[in-house]
Amino acid sequence: MLEVDGVTVRFGDRVVLDEIGLAVGAGEVVGLLGPSGSGKSTLLRVIAGLLVPDRGRVAWDGDNLRTVPTHRRRFGLVFQDHQLFPHRDVAGNVGFGLSVAGRPQAEIRRRVTELLDLVGLPGFERRGVASLSGGEAQRVALARALAPSPRLLLLDEPLGALDRELHDRLALDLRRLLKEVGIAGLHVTHDPEEADAVADRVVSLEQLGR
Amino acid sequence: MVLAAIPLAFLAIFFAWPVAAIIGRGLSVRGIREVLTDPGLRSVAWFTLWQAALSTALTVAIGLLPAYVLARYRFAGRSLVLALVTVPFVLPTVVVGAAFLALLPASLDQTVWAILIAHVYFNLAVVIRTVGTLWGQLDPRVEEAARTLGASPRQVMLRVTLPLLRPALLAAASITFLFTFTSFGIIRILGGPRHPTIEVEVWRLTTQAFELRAAAALAFLQLVAVTGLMLWWSNVQSRQAVTLRLRPRGTATPPRTARQRALVASTVAGLVAIVVIPLGRLVAGSLRDGDGLGLSAWRGLGAAPGRGPASRPVADPLAAVGTSLRFAVLATVVAVVIGGSAAVAIAASRRGGSLLDAGLMLPLGTSAVTVGFGLLITMDRRPLDLRGSWVLIPIAHAVVAVPFVVRAVLPTLRSIDPRLRDAASTLGASPARVWLEIDLPFLRRALVAGAGFAFAISLGEFGATSFLTRVGNETMPIAIARLLGRPSPANLAQSYALATVLMVLTLVVILAVDRLRGDAVGF
Repeated sequence: MLEVDGVTVRFGDRVVLDEIGLAVGAGEVVGLLGPSGSGKSTLLRVIAGLLVPDRGRVAWDGDNLRTVPTHRRRFGLVFQDHQLFPHRDVAGNVGFGLSVAGRPQAEIRRRVTELLDLVGLPGFERRGVASLSGGEAQRVALARALAPSPRLLLLDEPLGALDRELHDRLALDLRRLLKEVGIAGLHVTHDPEEADAVADRVVSLEQLGR
Repeated sequence: MVLAAIPLAFLAIFFAWPVAAIIGRGLSVRGIREVLTDPGLRSVAWFTLWQAALSTALTVAIGLLPAYVLARYRFAGRSLVLALVTVPFVLPTVVVGAAFLALLPASLDQTVWAILIAHVYFNLAVVIRTVGTLWGQLDPRVEEAARTLGASPRQVMLRVTLPLLRPALLAAASITFLFTFTSFGIIRILGGPRHPTIEVEVWRLTTQAFELRAAAALAFLQLVAVTGLMLWWSNVQSRQAVTLRLRPRGTATPPRTARQRALVASTVAGLVAIVVIPLGRLVAGSLRDGDGLGLSAWRGLGAAPGRGPASRPVADPLAAVGTSLRFAVLATVVAVVIGGSAAVAIAASRRGGSLLDAGLMLPLGTSAVTVGFGLLITMDRRPLDLRGSWVLIPIAHAVVAVPFVVRAVLPTLRSIDPRLRDAASTLGASPARVWLEIDLPFLRRALVAGAGFAFAISLGEFGATSFLTRVGNETMPIAIARLLGRPSPANLAQSYALATVLMVLTLVVILAVDRLRGDAVGF
């Protein structure tokens, strides 16, 4: 399980995160609510190892991750605006994590097909990233994050950039998907309805700090 | 129409005709066979190619780290560092050559290493600015996404960052390759007779061996190579398929960790040292007097001209300053008239404009040596018998400078709202009056900036001038090269002093232009 303890981040004089504590159990999906600019994304970056906190501890199953760099943490991250690699096609994006891990080509192809089926985009392998709609791009980003089988999935406003109807449909899809994979997740959003639809348990950032 | 005719005629006579003459003379079976079978000339071509490739690879490799640091980190003095990095690139090649002659130990003199180091110094700004601009606009979250997918820092660099930077890397490499492939001044001064490139060999064959046929064949092959490179490049550019999601406002953040601060501090310190030390050594070299310090080299600029072995004056430094300034004024006037009217014609016409535009950019891709050599072999018969006339020198400078004037003026001209002109004419202003009242006030700054560029280019021009210069009308770069060609301690110190004068004059002009244009220096 993930444990976050006393995490504090300052940008200059501004305290963005003040002694945040949080836990996510095995297979549990936690929704993290907070208005924009409240430091939710910053917390995800600290958990992912992209930002070193000024104080505090991030641990997995009791092991402190302080010296573990991002690429060895096995925490997946889905950005609000997908951040797909523009120089690779859909298969190249989804297979990226397996490719850098040195998996054989055949296995990568199999896994890419499997994940594209899972997110409802079968046959999209050779499509260019620029040709995808917003909803499709976000599904590809999700497939990409899940492909290397992370032990935790961090979701940073994953549906925030989509229009209302698509948003509601994808929120339910996302919940089904996370449960199917059985992965632990931390889902950040400013939308209480979305949090309820996706997560097992919802907390708000303001309750977590000092 | 008249406006287009002036620059077209100028270009036809002083650029197209000379280039055509080179092609006409060089395109002889005998000449080309001579070049291709002569082992000496073949080794010259081979050396030109590999030194350019190696210079380019080194410049790109060395420029990546500072490009990254300046693009991604915000810190006090960042725009100053960026401006400083650009300094070597605007300096005349002769000044850079002299600076490295003053800096490098004698054991490196006339070696390939000296050439490579000076080429890196000269072109580093191209890599830092071209690659840094794109790097600063890449969303760092793409790289972060790769890291969360298990990519190590090395893998992120090789599989995400460098592929995304490809367009900028290609652009910087092409420009650097073009400059180093056609390098003349640096090779003349640092390479000595043992390391000639095609450009230097064309010059030597023409002015010292008087083998015009071989020179023309070699110049023709050079022209083919450069044209091929430009065509390949425009082809690559038009096939840039990847659409990047850029953040135009830049992504620089202050360094956060101690490691990041150390990286920024050491990179900045390294860059400042790299830029300043050679120039400092140049100035120090001019203050050498026997074994100590002194101003005799500077006093000598005005008094006794440097003496060659036969006690014949090698060059008169003070006269060279006067000659350079005179030629620069003339070249500037010609370039501003030609470039200015060309820009107005391009902006006014719909379809023919782009043709004129492209035609005017051609001198930019052609080496200065080609321009000088071409003028030398064409302007020697009626009706334009300018053989040995000093007039050709400012004309050659103007040919080189015109593209820069057009580039300085055209954007301003295109940005004038046509409704302003319409408003003026409905108020009863004649077309001429409209131009005077509306266009000219807008254009004044751009024209002055273009004039500044032309002036600086003329001051430092060396390649074309080398072919056209005659005893008694040496410009500063020519005088510096002559003094360095007869190295006695006194001549050496005097050439450093003259190079210092040229450096200061160039920097003052460029700085004034930069101020005037009011661009913030930066990405």
